[in-house]
Amino acid sequence: MEAPAVRMDVRQAGNGVAVVDIKGEVTAACEPVLMAAYEEAEAGGARRLVLNFGGLEYMNSGGIGMLVTLLVRANRQRQELAAFGLSDHYREIFELTRLDEAITIYDDEASALSAALR
Amino acid sequence: MAQQTGPEGVTSGERIGLSVRESQAHPVPRDAGSWAAKVDRLEAPDRAGIRGTNVTGRRLTGPVQGFGKMWQKTYRMNAGTRCSPQSAIATWKAHFPEFWPRGNRFAGPLAGISPGDVALLDLAVGGGVKLSTGVFVLNADEDSFTLMTPQGHMFAGWITFSADQSGLDTFVQAHVLMRANDPLYELGLALGGHRKEDMFWMQTLTALGERLGVADPVVDTRTVCIDSRRQWRNARNIWHNAAVRTMLQTLAAPFRGRRRTQRAS
Repeated sequence: MEAPAVRMDVRQAGNGVAVVDIKGEVTAACEPVLMAAYEEAEAGGARRLVLNFGGLEYMNSGGIGMLVTLLVRANRQRQELAAFGLSDHYREIFELTRLDEAITIYDDEASALSAALR
Repeated sequence: MAQQTGPEGVTSGERIGLSVRESQAHPVPRDAGSWAAKVDRLEAPDRAGIRGTNVTGRRLTGPVQGFGKMWQKTYRMNAGTRCSPQSAIATWKAHFPEFWPRGNRFAGPLAGISPGDVALLDLAVGGGVKLSTGVFVLNADEDSFTLMTPQGHMFAGWITFSADQSGLDTFVQAHVLMRANDPLYELGLALGGHRKEDMFWMQTLTALGERLGVADPVVDTRTVCIDSRRQWRNARNIWHNAAVRTMLQTLAAPFRGRRRTQRAS
């Protein structure tokens, strides 16, 4: 399998919210990177994970599948998943695959965080 | 003057009228041409020789909308050194129905497989029973293509067909991410449906391997249960169950035919 062309940085936003800044390509190959980010967020006590797709450059169906796997893992721990920073193109893909029914999409970080802290 | 276009004929932000700022904030991604446009409900065209029921008006379903345990299945075959991953995928896309096991029909557009296409299926589910359903081409490029299922299909999810290179060899694979769509299908999968599905894709890959010139195709299967919980909130998906509906449609067909004849006379 090819090397993941993605970088994911975790920021703790307080009150059990962690933001994962995603930069690069989201494909099946980036599963170890995403799971490492998830574990880092979880270690910080995150109850809600907010994915920042502002730096997303490419995504294929393997990447969508990986997000579903992340969702299963988060649901098992009763954690919520949210997203922001999606371009119209990627927002449409979330809607097409009906991933938006399980991952709440916000327009920007401020609205994602304020919803999380409410 | 020569015009520059991106991969897959993607139009630049400037040409579709975005402002410089918008264009820089979200440049047109290179996967833009490989994804289907958003659809709310499927429209199934009429195709000769196939029933084509249980597709029109159905919504697409992913693992989030399914009912049963979530499975990830990978069927992988070494296709040798004779073909590149791109030529293997080109062959697979161009002749997709020809590799299916006997008794099953896939009726797609004549032009192969492109994002947004809807294909109609008649599947043999055992005991002489046929299931009429369909699939939607979610994504397709030169390295892979993905089919997503509608409401009523046996499973909610998608299948990605891809090829890659490892050393000098090209490998082809079918990767399924799925949940049974409703409790009836979940029971069916537990009572031999999974084994039947494994056979289906192994036979498909074997047929593809033979077309690609592999002397003795060997298919490796890897199955992982991603989520052992069932999503009971989706149990009502059974309303759309295409197996039940196909059976009812088959039973009702003679009466519908008679009524048509009466109306015509």
